[in-house]
Amino acid sequence: MRIVFALISGALFGIGLCVSGMTNTLKVQGWLDIFGAWDPTLAFVMGGAILPMAVAWRMLKNQSPQPAIAQTTSSTALFDRQFVIGSVLFGAGWGIAGLCPGPAIASLGFGGIGGVVFLLAMAAGMLITPRIKARLTAAAPI
Amino acid sequence: MTIVQPDWISGLLGGLMIGLAGAIFLLGNGRIMGASGILGRVLDRSETQPMVENIVFLLALVLAPIVFSQWFATGPTHLSDNWLVIISAGLLVGIGTRLANGCTSGHGVCGISRLSPRGIVSTFLYITAGGATIALLRHIWGLI
Repeated sequence: MRIVFALISGALFGIGLCVSGMTNTLKVQGWLDIFGAWDPTLAFVMGGAILPMAVAWRMLKNQSPQPAIAQTTSSTALFDRQFVIGSVLFGAGWGIAGLCPGPAIASLGFGGIGGVVFLLAMAAGMLITPRIKARLTAAAPI
Repeated sequence: MTIVQPDWISGLLGGLMIGLAGAIFLLGNGRIMGASGILGRVLDRSETQPMVENIVFLLALVLAPIVFSQWFATGPTHLSDNWLVIISAGLLVGIGTRLANGCTSGHGVCGISRLSPRGIVSTFLYITAGGATIALLRHIWGLI
C-alpha cells in the first residue's frame, strides 16, 4: 500500500506542478522579480498547497498512537550555518534559472536538453554536498 | 481594482493538487514530500526509508506530467539556453537544498503548513535570496 501511496503522491505532485504553472521558469522568476513585471501566481500555488497539508498535519495529531513523523517536533530545529548558507544558495540558484527540485524533476520529460543538464548539475551538487557539510562543520562548530 | 487572472486560478488548483499529494504521502507513508530530500537521499544513499518508495515516487513525478501533457497543453519551461546559467543554477540548487535539508516542497509546503520555524525561516531566506539574485542579475547587471 505504501508503494501505491508513493505512486499517487508523485503523480499528483507532478501534475499539480504542471497545472499550477510552476514548471514554467518565467512564472517563478516573475514571482521573484519585484522590480519588474511582478507575478503573484506562486503565492496562490503556495496557499493552495498549504491548505490540504495543514489539514493533514491536524489529522496526524489526532491519530493514536502518534506516528513517528508527528513526534519529530520542529522545536528541536536548528538554525545552524549550513541551514542558513544552504537556504541562501538555493534561493540564488532558484532565481538564476527559475527551477527548484520538484519542477526540475517533473519537467524532465518535456523540458528539453536544458532541463536534463539542469537536473544533472543539481544531482552533482547534491552528491558533493556531504563533503561540503563535513568541511562546514569541521571549520567552525556552532 | 485588480482583475483575477486565469493563471492565479490554475495556480490555486495546481497548488491544491500539490498539497493533496503531500497529504497522501504524510498520512499514507508518514513521510515529508520533499523533492530535494527524496532525490538527494537516493543519490547519496543516505535514505533510511524503503528505497522502492522513493524510486516509485520519482518515476511517477517524471512520467505523470508526460502522460498529462498528451491531453492538456503543458507549456514549455522557458529555461534559459545559456549553459553557464543552467549549470551554475543547477549546482546551487543541488548544494543549497541539501545543505538546508529542504526546498520549496519540503520547507515551503510541508514546513509552513505545520508552522515549523525552520520551514518558515528557510522559505523567507530562499525567496529573499532569489529576489536579490534576480534584482542583481537582471536589473543591475543586465545578465539574465
